[in-house]
Amino acid sequence: MSLLEIDGITGGYGDSDILHDLSMRVEEGEVVVIVGPNGAGKSTAMKSVFGLLTIRGGAIRFKGEEITGLKPDQIVRRGICYVPQVENVFPSLSVHENLEMGAYLRRDDFSASLDRVYDLFPPLKEKRRLPAGSLSGGQRQMVAMGRALMLDPALLLLDEPTAGLSPKFMDQIFDIVRSVNAQGVAILMVEQNAKQALALAGRGYVLATGRNRHEDTGAALLADREVAEMFLGG
Amino acid sequence: MLMEFLNFYLIPGIVLGSIYALGAVGVTLIYGVLRFAHIAHGDMMTTGAFLALVFVHGLGWSVPVALIPSIILTAILAVVLDRLFYRHLRKGAPIVMLMASLGVGLMLRSAVQVIWGVDPIAYVSGIQRPVVYGEFRIFTRHILIVVGALVVMGGLHLFLTRARLGKAMRAMSDNPTLARLSGIDTDRVVMATWVIAGGMAAVAGVFLGMDGHLHSMLGWHVLLAVFAAAILGGVGNPLGAMLGGLIIGVVEELATYPWIGTAPLLEPTYKAGVAFAILIALLIWRPTGLFKGKVL
Amino acid sequence: MEGILLYIVGVLTLGGIYAILTLGLNANWGFTGLLNIGIAGFFATGAYTSAILTSPDSALYLGGFGLPIWLGWVASMLTAGIIAWPIGKICLRLRSDYLAIATIGIAELLRLVYRNEAWMTGGSRGITPIPRPFDGWDPILAQFLFLLVVALVVLAVYLALERAATSPWGRMMRAVRDNELAANAMGKDIEARRLEAFVLGCMIMGLGGAVMSSYLKFFGPDATDPLLATFLVWLMLILGGSGNNRGAVLGAILVWFIWSGTEIVTGFLPDVLASRAAYLRVFLIGLLLQLVLRFRPEGLLPEPLHGRKSGRSAG
Repeated sequence: MSLLEIDGITGGYGDSDILHDLSMRVEEGEVVVIVGPNGAGKSTAMKSVFGLLTIRGGAIRFKGEEITGLKPDQIVRRGICYVPQVENVFPSLSVHENLEMGAYLRRDDFSASLDRVYDLFPPLKEKRRLPAGSLSGGQRQMVAMGRALMLDPALLLLDEPTAGLSPKFMDQIFDIVRSVNAQGVAILMVEQNAKQALALAGRGYVLATGRNRHEDTGAALLADREVAEMFLGG
Repeated sequence: MLMEFLNFYLIPGIVLGSIYALGAVGVTLIYGVLRFAHIAHGDMMTTGAFLALVFVHGLGWSVPVALIPSIILTAILAVVLDRLFYRHLRKGAPIVMLMASLGVGLMLRSAVQVIWGVDPIAYVSGIQRPVVYGEFRIFTRHILIVVGALVVMGGLHLFLTRARLGKAMRAMSDNPTLARLSGIDTDRVVMATWVIAGGMAAVAGVFLGMDGHLHSMLGWHVLLAVFAAAILGGVGNPLGAMLGGLIIGVVEELATYPWIGTAPLLEPTYKAGVAFAILIALLIWRPTGLFKGKVL
Repeated sequence: MEGILLYIVGVLTLGGIYAILTLGLNANWGFTGLLNIGIAGFFATGAYTSAILTSPDSALYLGGFGLPIWLGWVASMLTAGIIAWPIGKICLRLRSDYLAIATIGIAELLRLVYRNEAWMTGGSRGITPIPRPFDGWDPILAQFLFLLVVALVVLAVYLALERAATSPWGRMMRAVRDNELAANAMGKDIEARRLEAFVLGCMIMGLGGAVMSSYLKFFGPDATDPLLATFLVWLMLILGGSGNNRGAVLGAILVWFIWSGTEIVTGFLPDVLASRAAYLRVFLIGLLLQLVLRFRPEGLLPEPLHGRKSGRSAG
């Protein structure tokens, strides 16, 4: 039984379908990357896990339990956290308050998780009283990821975490993804920077027009000429 | 000359501004969390004022004490009105909620008229004498209003910055989707928003009634000023709304001061025009307000 | 028998005048989704304009121009439009909530001005007598003829708006209303179109005011309850079928009949209850809107196909 199983799902927003019979899985502690050309439905695939899509066929299972169609707050409770690509912080709240909101569902003392996040993202510690909206793009991304980590999820969904960031920050983000994964968190990541992402991925899925195209280990996909041709520059 | 300015213009301006601030904060909170302009807010203030009247005239309570049941009842009323009339409209365009609130306001106003008629009523009859400190005169009710408003707003500020639910309210106002993604119980936040907005509207209404007479159009007449204050402070920004309310109240009163010569600069009958002028000026030059709120 | 007939003529006449107002509101709301809550302000502007221009000389108000009635009515559209233009110019580039609040403001401001500038408007006393078409004719015939005039005005406005709706201008309006992003991409000047729809609607409201003041032969701050009138027109539009000229007329007549009908009922009550009952009627009207929004937001006549899928609701 995989940690996350997306089993032949078809669905979209409103009346039209974007995903067609899509299947994916993430094992415990794995890093899985979704790549593909623009409009391939990569972000949509991730949103389907988080209950943000209308699913018309297939099923999604987490730890063996079916979670298709559950609402976001119910999914969060089960141990999956999601970092959207844009608008992923509360701009008028301080960094610290953003993290607190991440831990909203926790009734216990979450200072250990807070420390872990500040260790992962040292710049946040010194800026913790500043409003998140006043930070730079890269630091905002840190806040976004930190917020999602506050619930100690078993699975973290990242939607293009390096979008719009400078190369320096890009490397930082990938390092952080590695560190987070090293702590045992499984990661499902959509990335436009395919090359770098596949380099640290255990496995990868190539999507096109909402369907599966390829599936293989990160290394194999990187080496595959056809894949590289489909959408290089990653 | 200075004392006249202070006693008859500045202090009434601060008093009025405090009342506007209370109303504006409610409007801005509702806008931030629910994303619509609550046109019935003025009439909610009127309802709060009249609910207090029931306890003052009916049970002989003093006005400040009658505030308590008024706050509770108006808060409950706000939640009930949301359940009945706004909740089912939330999925659609926010403009429809605005339309519904126009109707809800009308219902509140006419309910007051059915029960109490349209003639002005006073909480307490008789002339009240001001407290005099040398040349400085201030009415007790004015002290009560300003202090009361400060206490309420201070309490709200604490709630928004220290309480978990308060922070969740700010989070939802910033980004409702992300709030849901973080597991925040949005229904609970919405209910809290109505409770707070309703309670504050009751306080504003009672204060308005204290400072003059109660009548069914009490709240409607300040609606424009309250909205202008919320927009001035930046929609969605409670602190901004407080400041905006104060500014508009003071400017409104000061506008009738005889700055040039002996006649008032602005005819007192056109005081309502001040808020309107400020609103138009904002819409032309700075719709986001002083503190960069969300543009409506 | 005669009394009942005259009563019905009266109700139809007022219903017709409200139909003019509702058609004007539809030009705002149905064409481009603009929420205009300042109906009473534009209505009053038209009413006073026509009253001032057509009334005889008086020390109590500005009069003595002695213009023909039809000219007064046309002028009322102009003044309403002149006031609407700057409001629209300022607010339309912002979201609709702003326009709603600004129109509330302008209506309040106009109300204050009209009440206070007594040299012009007669203050709280108002302007009277205002000439009416067929003055001096046989009174009963005059009533019927005036109803005919109102019906013609409604028809004229209706046809004009229908023509506009099916014209390229109208189709573009609907494109703007339904999908602003796409319309923007097509390079349409959205703001200009919106402004046109706003001003047009307000001009029609002004016309409604003019017709009303001629009908009542009197106009003043208490001629109508501005908030109630504004709300009634909105209810008429929503109940009839928002976005829909036919629905606007239907809604106006229907709601006005309901409103007048309830007045008969309260007329049977003893005096002491009767005045309070009037407010109860208002309460019920407010409740009626909530019920419509809940159970039939698209109104009685949902928007017909003008080349797109129908069933557009109040939202």
